[in-house]
Amino acid sequence: MTTTATPQRAPRRRSRLRTRNTLLGWSFILPNFLGFATLTLVPVIVLFYMSLTNWNIFGTSQFIGLDNFTRLAADGSFRTAFVNTIYYSALHIPLTIIVSLALALLLNNKIRGVAFFRTAAFFPYITSIVAIALVWNLLFSPDYGPVNEMLRFVGISNPPGWLTDTNWSMPAVVIISTWKDMGYYMVLFLAALQTVPRELHEAARMDGANVFQRFLNVTLPSLRPTMFFVTVMLTINSLKIFDLILVLTDGGPGQSTTVISQFIYRKGFEENDFGYASAASVVLFFLCIIVTVVQFMWNQRKSAR
Amino acid sequence: MSETMNLVAPAPRRARTSLEPNSRPRPAGSGSRAVGRTILYIVLIVAATAMLTPFFWMVMSSLKDANSVFSVPVRWLPEVFVWENYVDIWARSDIGVWIRNSLVLSVAVTALQVITGSFAAYGFSRISFPGRNALFLLYVATIAVPWQSYMIPQFILLSNAGLANTLWSIMLLQAFGAFGVFLMKQFYETVPEELSEAARLDGLSEYGIWWRIMMPLSVPAIASLSLLTFVNTWNDYLGPLIYLRDPSLWTLQLGLKNFVSSLYDTDYGVLFAGLTISVVPIAIIFLLGQRFFVEGVATSGLKG
Repeated sequence: MTTTATPQRAPRRRSRLRTRNTLLGWSFILPNFLGFATLTLVPVIVLFYMSLTNWNIFGTSQFIGLDNFTRLAADGSFRTAFVNTIYYSALHIPLTIIVSLALALLLNNKIRGVAFFRTAAFFPYITSIVAIALVWNLLFSPDYGPVNEMLRFVGISNPPGWLTDTNWSMPAVVIISTWKDMGYYMVLFLAALQTVPRELHEAARMDGANVFQRFLNVTLPSLRPTMFFVTVMLTINSLKIFDLILVLTDGGPGQSTTVISQFIYRKGFEENDFGYASAASVVLFFLCIIVTVVQFMWNQRKSAR
Repeated sequence: MSETMNLVAPAPRRARTSLEPNSRPRPAGSGSRAVGRTILYIVLIVAATAMLTPFFWMVMSSLKDANSVFSVPVRWLPEVFVWENYVDIWARSDIGVWIRNSLVLSVAVTALQVITGSFAAYGFSRISFPGRNALFLLYVATIAVPWQSYMIPQFILLSNAGLANTLWSIMLLQAFGAFGVFLMKQFYETVPEELSEAARLDGLSEYGIWWRIMMPLSVPAIASLSLLTFVNTWNDYLGPLIYLRDPSLWTLQLGLKNFVSSLYDTDYGVLFAGLTISVVPIAIIFLLGQRFFVEGVATSGLKG
């Protein structure tokens, strides 16, 4: 794409230039790459090996083939964690897309105080998980929390127990995480909306299209690349959800909010069963990779059309 | 909030509810448009209230005495402002140590991320050599790999290196992410190649071009990257939880989380004072550099 010097006629000089560029390029990349390779690439490779061993706290490890994976398949608490992760993602992804797109559409109007509203929406995203989790835990407190008090005020005499109730804990987590994330995705949508050509809207208006038709036929198609990116990022972020749940509920009550990452954490750092935890990590790894690849292929097919 | 409410009334002439950005003034709208516009503001104000209420409650609770944080019915404003909570938190916890650790980590990680990230980004965007694109693809691909999936081998690696339970561990694992390279590369590609070409003719080396031309030009991108990295490190919970076992190494997040479990009485006012202290620096940084946050998110996201 970019060359550092004009192409030379003599092939020897060209190959010297190539060597020079390779050395030069690597010299720029190396400081970052060293850290990246040792702390990301090497651990990922080691992960696959560890998942095939019974590596434990004493550092002794034997190769045990796929035993960890057969154990996982029969492990009821892993199955629960897997199902909970999918449940969380199935609620969180669509809800976040709808809410953040709606907010972006509202803020894309010429209105006063856009900066204020944008700040308000973005602020939860940059607040620490610990503060968010502790505050929401108390807001959702079944007997004394302001949320239930408001629900009682509007006439719901028996409001849910939220984070203390096995049926309501996951929806409560989804509400909190959507509240936290939507500002980030709103900014992405807002940036994309501002690139939609005005002429398209004007033309559609001339043809008599109403607000909803224009949204469906002009705005949504123009947003497709962003929608794709947002979906991919949201999916990965949902499948790996952990910090928030760890501080909010620690997987409880019961196992109602235990997710895959938490299963990995428990087996690895609490029970020191590193080999088994690595097998669960491999499942999470492939889950994310496969879902991303499928989304990419689907996107390619749609843009080819 | 009431200030925003007042703004609804004087604006009927420009009322419209359509979706596209309105960069030029439009002719006077009909009555239904004014109604739509009012609804728009009401919806936005309700949304903003929902967004900010937890923060409001947090700050207000930090000024309440022990017994009135949970009172039925909920009291939004403290009856008596208990400013002592902000003094007590220093006496009852090691919050000073936690703040220092969080600051050290955030500053070090940000510096490392900006320097190595922009340096590598120059290699990726301005020097062509065989294997460059494949290498960049490797960087990008790791965005789809959650940290949670390789935290265990990474932990074993850093433990064997003797770095677990030191601040170095967090610095190393946060500082070399693909994100910084990615964001800076997006920016460098918008800088015209002619500038570097002219500098090259003047005899500047590639390192000189990076330092004298690209770095000064990319101040907005560096600001975005610095702010996002700083905030991320400041707020990180999982990394410190795994690596920093020694209480003298705890970060603010880790310390506050542990402080909760040490609360025997219901003295939540003090806890909320601690939480407010942990959020305020981020709020100030965010308000000062809001433009850079938004631009950073938008550029690193959109061209993904």
